[in-house]
Amino acid sequence: MKVALETNQLMAFAMKQIEPHVVAAYPITPSTEVVQEFSQYVANGDVRTEFVAVESEHSAMSACLAASLAGARVMTATASQGLAFMWEMLHIASASRAPIVTIVANRALSAPINIHGDHSDAMGARDTGWIQLWAESAQEAYDNVIQAIRIGEDPRVRFPVLVNYDGFTTSHAVETVEVLEDEEVRKFIGSFPRPEVNFLNIEKPASFGVLALQDYYMEFKRAQAEAYKNVKPVVLEVAEAYAKLTGRKYGLIEEYKLEDADVVLVAMNSAAGTAKETVDKLRQAGKKVGVLKIRLFRPFPIEEVASALKGAKAVVVMDRAYTYGGPAGPLFCDIAAALTNVAQRPLLGNVVAGLGGRDITMEHVEHMFNLGYKALERGSFEPLVTWVGVRE
Amino acid sequence: MLEVRWHGRAGQGVKTAAYLLAEAAMDTGKYIQAFPEYGAERSGAPIAAFTRIDDNPIRIHYGIRNPDVVVVVDESLIGAMDVTAGLKNNGVLLINSAQDPSFYKSKLGDFQGRVATVDATKIALETIGRPIPNIPIMGALLKVTGVVSLDDLEPRLRHKFSAKFSQEVVEGNVKALRRGFEEVKVL
Repeated sequence: MKVALETNQLMAFAMKQIEPHVVAAYPITPSTEVVQEFSQYVANGDVRTEFVAVESEHSAMSACLAASLAGARVMTATASQGLAFMWEMLHIASASRAPIVTIVANRALSAPINIHGDHSDAMGARDTGWIQLWAESAQEAYDNVIQAIRIGEDPRVRFPVLVNYDGFTTSHAVETVEVLEDEEVRKFIGSFPRPEVNFLNIEKPASFGVLALQDYYMEFKRAQAEAYKNVKPVVLEVAEAYAKLTGRKYGLIEEYKLEDADVVLVAMNSAAGTAKETVDKLRQAGKKVGVLKIRLFRPFPIEEVASALKGAKAVVVMDRAYTYGGPAGPLFCDIAAALTNVAQRPLLGNVVAGLGGRDITMEHVEHMFNLGYKALERGSFEPLVTWVGVRE
Repeated sequence: MLEVRWHGRAGQGVKTAAYLLAEAAMDTGKYIQAFPEYGAERSGAPIAAFTRIDDNPIRIHYGIRNPDVVVVVDESLIGAMDVTAGLKNNGVLLINSAQDPSFYKSKLGDFQGRVATVDATKIALETIGRPIPNIPIMGALLKVTGVVSLDDLEPRLRHKFSAKFSQEVVEGNVKALRRGFEEVKVL
C-alpha cells in the first residue's frame, strides 16, 4: 500500500503497527509528531500500548530502560537536546542489554539554538553502545524502524537501536512510501522474545544495576564489546528476511557505482540521495565517481567499508556534524580508521556541510567531488577538512 | 521532474496545497516529494513550500532552486522578496491577483515563460467565506500546467478535507477549485 505521510507521521504509523508494550516519551522538535500522533493512537484505543508522558527526556529513557528490563517491548522518539539529555541513560541501556528502539529525527545541537537537521545529536550518542541505523528517505526510515525491532531484540544481539533520519529534510517531508499491512509487520517482528532474566520474574530472581569495581568492571565491558560482533550478521539476516517480504534490499552499507570509481563520496541520510543524483550527472560528463552510503553506523562495518573503498583513488567523507577541536569530522575518523590496514590507501579528505539545516545541493556535492579530483592532482587533500556551503 | 515552489504567508494553506498536489499526483502513479520551508512559525510570516513530481523515485533532498512553476499565494510578497529567483526561463509564474497577467509580464524582462493570474482570494471569500486562497489557486495551477487533472485532484481534496472540515466547507473548496480552474488568465 502506498501512502503519503510526513515521515514523522509515518514513524508513528509504524509504531502503531509494531504496537510496543511501553512508550515513554517527551516530545521535541523535529520528532514531536511521532510522539503526538502515537499518543493519539493510544488515546483512540488503536493500540494497547502503555504510554507514559514523562517530564523530560532523561525520565523518558529511564522509564524505557525500566520497562525494557522488566521484559517489555519498548520504543521512544527524540532529537537534539532531547537525545543529549538522555545521554547517561543511553550508556546504561546498552550495557544492560535493553533492546529499546529510539527514533531520532536528527537535529543540530545548541548553541546557537537551531531546530533544523544535522547529525550532531546522533554523533554525540556515537559511543553510547547503541546500534545506529541511518536512512536516506522516508521509505528507508520506515523499513529501518521495522527491522530495528527484530535486530535489537534478537537474543544474539539484545542491544538498543537508534533509528536516524534527517530532521525537517526528511521528518517534515512527504514522499511516496510503500507500507506493509499490520499483519505483515506483526508476523515479521514476531512476539517479543522476553528474556528469562527480567526483574518481574520472581521464579528467577536477579540483580540489575549492579556495582562492579576494579575487580570485574573491565570483564563486563570486554564482554559487551565482544557482543557487538553478533550485530552485523543479524542485521544482514533481518535485511534478507525483509527483502523476501518487501523486495527492498538493505545491507550494512550501500555501494553506488563504486566498481570503477576514482573519486568516492561517503555520506549518510538524505544527502546520500542528492549525492547519487550528482553521480549520475557527473558520469554523463565522463567522470568516474561513486557514493558509499553508511546504513549501519554502529557497530561500524569496518571490513565492508574498507573493501568498498580500497579501489578508489580519492575518498571524500561528508560529515554533517563536527568534532570541535578534533582532527576532523566523526564519520571521517571512522573511515580513516577502517582504512588503516589497507595496503593501497586512497587519498582521504573531509568535508563538513549542512549544519543546522543548511541545504546540501547537487552543486555542493559536485564541489565535494571536485575537491577529490584536485587532491588527485596535488597528491593530497589540503586542507584535510573543508567546510562547504558556508560564508567564510 | 516537475518542481513547484509555493510562496505565501503562514495561515494561507500553502503547505496544505503543496502536499495536496503531491498526493493527487501520487494517486496517478507518480513519485512525489513535498515539504515546507520552516522558519520562525507565526501567522502571516512569509513561508515557502515545495512539490516535486516525477515518473521515477526522487532522490534529491533540498529546497527547490530552479522551479518549473512558482505559485505566489500572497501578492504582497512580490517586491518584498524575489519570488521568481531561479525560475526557469520557460517556466510558469502563477500569482493570486486581480490584475491581468500582462501587468506582471511587462515587469519580468526577458522571461520567456507564461504568466498567469487568478483572483484566488475573491474566489475563496465567495465559496468558503474565508480568505484562504490555496484551493482556488490550485485549480488555476492545474489548468495552466495540466500536471494533474481536476478529476484526479478532487477525490484527494475531498478525502483530505473531510477529515478536518464540515461537508459545507468541503463542497465550498471543491467549488473554489473548479472556479480557480475556470477563471485563471494566462499570458
